[in-house]
Amino acid sequence: MSKKIRNNPLSLQLDRRKFLKGSALGLAASALPLQNADASFIDAFFQKHFRELNKKEIQEVLDRLEQEYSEQYSKHVSVKATKAMPGVQFGYGLDLSRCIGCRRCVYACVGENNQSRDPQIHWIQVLSFKKGEKWTDLEDSDKYYNPDKVPEPDHWYMPVQCQQCRNPACTRACPTQATWKEPDGIVVVDYNWCIGCRYCMAACPYGARHFNWGQPHIPNDELNPETHYLGNRPRYKGVVEKCTFCIQRTRDGRYPACVEICPVGARKFGNLLDPSSEIRYCIENKRVFRLKEELNTLPKFYYFYAT
Amino acid sequence: MIINQRTIFLLFLLLFGFFLISPSRSFSSGSHSDAEMLQKTKTPEHEIPKYFVPPPPFSEGIFPCSDCHGEMEPNPERRELEEMHTNIHLKHAGPEQWCTDCHDLKNRDKLHLINGKLINFDELYYLCGQCHGTIFRDWKAGVHGKRTGEWNGKKIYRLCTHCHNPHQPHFKPLKPKHPPERPSDIK
Repeated sequence: MSKKIRNNPLSLQLDRRKFLKGSALGLAASALPLQNADASFIDAFFQKHFRELNKKEIQEVLDRLEQEYSEQYSKHVSVKATKAMPGVQFGYGLDLSRCIGCRRCVYACVGENNQSRDPQIHWIQVLSFKKGEKWTDLEDSDKYYNPDKVPEPDHWYMPVQCQQCRNPACTRACPTQATWKEPDGIVVVDYNWCIGCRYCMAACPYGARHFNWGQPHIPNDELNPETHYLGNRPRYKGVVEKCTFCIQRTRDGRYPACVEICPVGARKFGNLLDPSSEIRYCIENKRVFRLKEELNTLPKFYYFYAT
Repeated sequence: MIINQRTIFLLFLLLFGFFLISPSRSFSSGSHSDAEMLQKTKTPEHEIPKYFVPPPPFSEGIFPCSDCHGEMEPNPERRELEEMHTNIHLKHAGPEQWCTDCHDLKNRDKLHLINGKLINFDELYYLCGQCHGTIFRDWKAGVHGKRTGEWNGKKIYRLCTHCHNPHQPHFKPLKPKHPPERPSDIK
């Protein structure tokens, strides 16, 4: 009866159940941004949490990323996911009596770890302080100093980067568990899992986390093609990144880039569990302090004064 | 009674005499010098490192010194150098220093220690370590100076002279790399 009333030239018979099913599917499909979707996009969208992936799935992810990056930067980019070595806890020492504030470390880090040039991201901030104050307040430091020659008279310098805390505030603040502490003590970020809420940046007392406010830009010829999934692979817009003790180098036994560039040898690196390592010598023989110790973040980054 | 006492004494000797003798034997038999004994008790990190960046950073064409000095009559006098080495301004340990405090007067291709022992230029840490003992100790442990290579494997060390000019060892000021962008400058 109703069919006759609603003039239906195609004579479609759509009952209530079919209509609801169809519209539900349609809505679900429009929620996925499928207009520019290729296979790799769908793979990335449905990628599991990194620590839940098995060996084969990790390899698939790495292959997909390698292909993406190689196309994007028009050269071969390798992405690895080297696991932590057993019996290793990385520790870092920085000799404040030697640092001259030349910022070589800042730019070695930018190059090694593929930080965005524009908008600019620096994982290392070098703070300059005036000597002879009654106490040192981080608020009084200057990171924009630019004299002709460093060290300036009556100044001292303190580079600050991720302190790789044993008790990190940032990882607990993350609502998606996109950042965590690895077995060798390195705090890492999964850029494919980060939703860019920046809670971790608010939680970090060292200002060590940095946000990609815009599409990161790295010139193709300056891109370091040796990358690690949890470290220096190119990042996306809207994700947080941080120092990883050069995870792509240190897990292969090499020193971090900042250690190797330092012209005064102020930077020390090694295994805290190895009694004969340089970092253990520093801790056992030098006057060592950790930044903002009172916050109980328990950093593995030790500042010391050798002479 | 007497025999009993004697047997007890002998038993005592047998039991404890061994412990009494054994350590003294190890002391008496060791004819090692003190230095060798010290070397044995040292932990590995205090030994002289084995990896270097060869060779020492000589100015071009300056070594071997005997190429020029071999023919010359050695002159130990302190004087203003006028013909050669005019670029060297000795600013190290005050005005009392002179070339031959470190360079050997007779064997020009060697340095000499205070005790007269001659050393090669690639072992000059012994020479510097005579005065800078605490620095030498830190350097051996890998804490003074720069190291590259592998944190758990082969390391490349620098000699003192790779970073310090031995004639003017104070580190020269450098031009810093440019500062980070201020938030107010972001367009």
